[in-house]
Amino acid sequence: MIVRLRNLFASAMLFSIYSLLCAGLFTVLDAGDVALTEASVGAGISTLLMLAVLAVARRHEKPVSKNNLAAVIVVVVTGAALTWATWELPPFGQPDNPIHMHIAPHYLANTEADLGIPNAVAAILADYRSFDTIGEAYVILTAGLAVWSLLTVAPPGRRRRKRGDAEARDEERQA
Amino acid sequence: MSEYAILRIVARFLIPLIMLFGLYVQFHGDQSPGGGFQAGVIFAAAWILFVLIYGLEAGFKVIPQRAMFILMCCGVLIYGGTGLFGVILGAHFLSFEPFLSNPQAAEQFGIISVELGVGLTVATVMMVLFSLFAQRRQLLDEVSGED
Repeated sequence: MIVRLRNLFASAMLFSIYSLLCAGLFTVLDAGDVALTEASVGAGISTLLMLAVLAVARRHEKPVSKNNLAAVIVVVVTGAALTWATWELPPFGQPDNPIHMHIAPHYLANTEADLGIPNAVAAILADYRSFDTIGEAYVILTAGLAVWSLLTVAPPGRRRRKRGDAEARDEERQA
Repeated sequence: MSEYAILRIVARFLIPLIMLFGLYVQFHGDQSPGGGFQAGVIFAAAWILFVLIYGLEAGFKVIPQRAMFILMCCGVLIYGGTGLFGVILGAHFLSFEPFLSNPQAAEQFGIISVELGVGLTVATVMMVLFSLFAQRRQLLDEVSGED
């Protein structure tokens, strides 16, 4: 439904509802940290930012009239490859899956003794895996700076007018 | 939107509560779900709600855009500084054990300091993003008004 919609405002709203449902799902699965992140980032701030973008861009998606065969082929091939890859995945929810056997038990067993805090997620994020989180912080900073450098370029009409002003001033000076 | 009385009154009640919840998520993140990232987003949401109700000018009176840019760099610097502090005290980068004599307290101190850096960066970057888009809208309105 989100894909079929041409009205971008409505699809932003539907994405927000989808994120909120995901947050509810994570709460049911007892993943409090992920649920909080999904609710605040997915349903909250990213919807807000999408609406802020829509205030600058057009509200309706440009309809594509002709069929794009190359896109269809790329999508089908990628989808088939991904489906084929899922057969290799371990069965869902088994306690002896690799993700539960590798280093997770170490973190879960030692968080309380090493750090004295009950939230293992915070311990992994900020302490055991601090290098990942510092990268994350730098990514966010870079994203902010990138948007700043893109959006502070003068819009086309304004640029022309400014150049016109400068030329007029030069002519005055010459006169 | 400040002409709508209901929005204004509700926002007046909600904004302090959202900020308080953001601070709770920030500083209680090691005990309960939460952390710097979520707290920063929640805190920025309070400011964005303020801007939606009272306008961008009033929002910049609360926190000027220049201060946002300084603070978002400060957040990353707090994180990196915490890491370097461990190096100065003779351990690896981003290892918190040597900060205090009690290793558990030292780790908690490190986590809180690192999360503070993340929260500061995320909150100010979100504010900057929103204010940049709002300013762009104003600029486009001016340009189309002149033509």
